[in-house]
Amino acid sequence: MYTQALNTAEADDRGLEDAAKAVQFQARIDGEERIEPNDWMPAAYRKTLTRQISQHAHSEIVGMLPEGNWITRAPTLRRKAALLAKVQDECGHGLYLYAAAETLGTSREELVDAMLAGKAKYSSIFNYPTLTWADIGTIGWLVDGAAIMNQIPLCRCSYGPYARAMIRVCKEESFHQRQGYEIMLTLCRGSDEQKAMAQDALNRWWWPVLMMFGPPDATSQHSDTSTKWKIKRFSNDELRQKFVDATVPQAQYLGLTIPDPGMIQDADGHWRYSEIDWTEFKQVLAGNGPCNRDRLAARRKAHDEGGWVREAAAAYAAKRAQRRTAQAAE
Amino acid sequence: MPQSARSVGLHKQQSRENAMATPNTPLWEVFIRSRNGLAHKHVGSLHASDATMALQAARDIYTRRGEGLSIWVVPSTAITASDPADKGMMFEPAESKIYRHPTFYEVPDEVGHM
Repeated sequence: MYTQALNTAEADDRGLEDAAKAVQFQARIDGEERIEPNDWMPAAYRKTLTRQISQHAHSEIVGMLPEGNWITRAPTLRRKAALLAKVQDECGHGLYLYAAAETLGTSREELVDAMLAGKAKYSSIFNYPTLTWADIGTIGWLVDGAAIMNQIPLCRCSYGPYARAMIRVCKEESFHQRQGYEIMLTLCRGSDEQKAMAQDALNRWWWPVLMMFGPPDATSQHSDTSTKWKIKRFSNDELRQKFVDATVPQAQYLGLTIPDPGMIQDADGHWRYSEIDWTEFKQVLAGNGPCNRDRLAARRKAHDEGGWVREAAAAYAAKRAQRRTAQAAE
Repeated sequence: MPQSARSVGLHKQQSRENAMATPNTPLWEVFIRSRNGLAHKHVGSLHASDATMALQAARDIYTRRGEGLSIWVVPSTAITASDPADKGMMFEPAESKIYRHPTFYEVPDEVGHM
């Protein structure tokens, strides 16, 4: 399950709305109450959440592609079964999230169509290719690890349906990270070639994974609103630092080197990483990553090829409903 | 006023400018009874064309790790929900009736557990 802090809050347009209701709404948020689908909410809150939750859902669905790439080539039956279960989970997570997004009033079909039309974003991490089996280990260990860091605070998000979906997701997610780390551990205890493969995967994924937490706090424009609404509970940089601090010892245990020669541990024990190349992040978000076109093409193909199934199921349901009506009339 | 359990916008026929837009598939609410013998509990929702497919999808989406022994699927449109605006009228009367709780009544210690 994957989320990414590319979500930015809509401009606050409460000036147009009932000021008293807005005050009451903020008081409920401040009092740690959950907001539910039929409750009054500012239009910008609805819009921000619709976008964030649907982007999160799209990320789960697109996230099945890089890993699905290795299901048929997994080295053992055990690994294959685990990877298949993980990819199935990602699909389920996407569906929980679409359902949560829909409670805000936009249908799943509209959300999916926006993604297929290239109008909706998904996490930039899935625009990188999975070149070797070690990439599958690295994705589980780092990409899912980063996603967990992001998602745990979302279990306390102010919007009830989103928070509940995240609780379910987080419960299922820890197997993903552990299976990834186990793959890395096996490779690192293997031959020199296998260890080199693990190091190569880490080298390629490290920086894109750090970018998953979104732009640095100094340049993030709309975080304030999301924080005020308790959609976001930690800043991008806070979560990124937490992730780095948790990951460095895990890499050390594997005997792998983090591809950041400038990294140092400060007096408080935090691992300070070097400057992130945000031009790359912007390029990938803008559609110019290594796999952007492939990913969208694969999603469109799957959607188009499933069209006859949706049509047949709808036609069958309509026929049955008609028959029932006819029987009832007799 | 009673409401649909979901946001109002969801069930109304959505006008589409784009003729190629994917048609909406009905929404179902899923309830699962876990093995501990408790009542069916709402776990989430899904889309399916009919009840049979809804049950099959519920099994795939919500019981991948032995979460339950029985599933109910209910069309979301069949659920009538209370209006949050009526919360006061609906639930506040119960709050003042503390004599409905056992702790309201005094029983001497010597009597023991009751």
